[in-house]
Amino acid sequence: MMRLDSGRIRAVVRKEMRDYRRRRAIVVSMLVLPLLFLVEPVVTLFVSLKSQSASHLDQFVVLPLLYLLLIPVIMPGTLAAYTVAGEREQGTLEPLLTTPVRRQEIIAGKAVAIMIPTVALAYTVFGLFLAAVALFARAPVAAAVFRQGPTLLALFLFAPLLAGWAIVVGLAVSVRANEVRVAQQLGTLASLPIVGVVGLLALNVIHPTFTAAALFGVGLLAIDARALRIVARMFDRERLVTGTKAARYRLTARAATLGD
Amino acid sequence: MPPLLADNAPTLSGSKGQPALVVNQLTKHFGGRSAFSEVTFDVAHGEVFGFLGPNGAGKTTAVRTLGTLIAPTSGSAIVAGIPLTPENGVEIRQRIAIMPEAPGLYLRLTVTENLEYFASLYGLPHAASRISDALEAVNLADRAGDLCGGLSKGLRQRVGLARTLLSNPAIMFLDEPTSGLDPVASREVHELILGLRQKGVTIFLTTHRLAEAEKLCDRVAILNTTLRIIGRPEDLRAQLFTTALVIRTRVALRAPDQIFTRIPAVESWRSDEPGSYVLSVSDPKIAAPEVARVLVGAGADVLAIGEAQHSLEDVYLELVADDVEASRE
Repeated sequence: MMRLDSGRIRAVVRKEMRDYRRRRAIVVSMLVLPLLFLVEPVVTLFVSLKSQSASHLDQFVVLPLLYLLLIPVIMPGTLAAYTVAGEREQGTLEPLLTTPVRRQEIIAGKAVAIMIPTVALAYTVFGLFLAAVALFARAPVAAAVFRQGPTLLALFLFAPLLAGWAIVVGLAVSVRANEVRVAQQLGTLASLPIVGVVGLLALNVIHPTFTAAALFGVGLLAIDARALRIVARMFDRERLVTGTKAARYRLTARAATLGD
Repeated sequence: MPPLLADNAPTLSGSKGQPALVVNQLTKHFGGRSAFSEVTFDVAHGEVFGFLGPNGAGKTTAVRTLGTLIAPTSGSAIVAGIPLTPENGVEIRQRIAIMPEAPGLYLRLTVTENLEYFASLYGLPHAASRISDALEAVNLADRAGDLCGGLSKGLRQRVGLARTLLSNPAIMFLDEPTSGLDPVASREVHELILGLRQKGVTIFLTTHRLAEAEKLCDRVAILNTTLRIIGRPEDLRAQLFTTALVIRTRVALRAPDQIFTRIPAVESWRSDEPGSYVLSVSDPKIAAPEVARVLVGAGADVLAIGEAQHSLEDVYLELVADDVEASRE
């Protein structure tokens, strides 16, 4: 069984994080986007009608909370879509591919490097939201928000899973796209299924029950893990270097490429 | 066309008793197009091996194939002692280093950060001292903290070379290392390669700069999809060209045919311009004094008599120019 080298994965993570920190556009977009997503839920809760009953408020606050779930989905898509296509465009991918690093290690390193700031920023925004509610919202509204314990817990638990989904879709697009611009545009499609789920919850087509949340979480985890493996397989050195699919090597007993 | 093997083409003895690189009938097709076909050669340990050919000849594809970035269509190779198979990709890449035509540095990272990254990917112990040594080797120690984006093209190329030195590879593949560099930067890279050659590093150099290959390489192979010839530059010249004397006289000879045909050492002659003659001879050292005596006896004012010099460029043009012309038609 193939053994991945954690040192090489850490090296990819460290390099990616250094590179991101020095790209002002990335830093700004990663900071601004979540803050914009924070505005809508805060405004919604702060302008809520005084006459609403406790049960109405309980229903009313769920949607802004679900809205926050879009942050970890939307934030990493562009970055993930850039990460391989960008390296190819800058000419840094080929030297990387000439090293002993395995494709699985590259994909894992790049995914982790995007996951860390995404989840950190998403949790920061969730924290800011809850702090704003606790400090500035009317007492009944704040009470209604904090009564949504399972939803809040789901918010924190689903953030990495949703980010994982967006990252693997972005990486898949990045591995196959010929241009960064196209990759980034396609990368934004990763958020569509999650927007759909949030929409169905908002329209009460799906009810945010514990069972639904558990099923969604387990399903998402399985999909993320499977998708990551698929993306690693898509990471074909020959295709990335020449733009054509790897040939089968006639001399070997089993058909395979020099992909690792 | 099968490769022309120079009769006395040397095979330098390897430190492990086997060549650093053995390539046997290696072929790569992209769909119906052949990048290179049935290429066979070997490279000894410590040898600087030049891989020449026109644009599109398959040089870079060959390097990528030997570097396990591309799977060959057929044939076999042993790279740094390891058979080129899908299972051995990581192990081969661990033992070699490739510098692509563009060094491909992370421009927002410093020189040291770039090298740290690659040292980590190779899993090198004592990375800091290796980086320091590599930078010393390419005379870049004082630029270690500079962002790569701020370096000139020549300096970036040197960082690329430092990167290939990091892992102390069994074979260094340098793909057009002076491409796009000005003469001064090219000369610096040449000096670095000559320094590595003196240290016994095995280098596989692809280039279409013939003077570069002549200056740096122990042996060269000329590729134009198929391998056209392989050997030492001087052996290739001897193999492709007859030895000749070049003669220049102040004024054109009145009856050159009468003069040259009576000299036994002269096999044939031609005149490219008035007062300039090229005589085919078997041994210039014997023929030259005889020719001089006859010319002086005939009253000719001889300006120069010398052995015709054929450069590697002549060898290259002899083998490749017709192919290039044909492909353009």
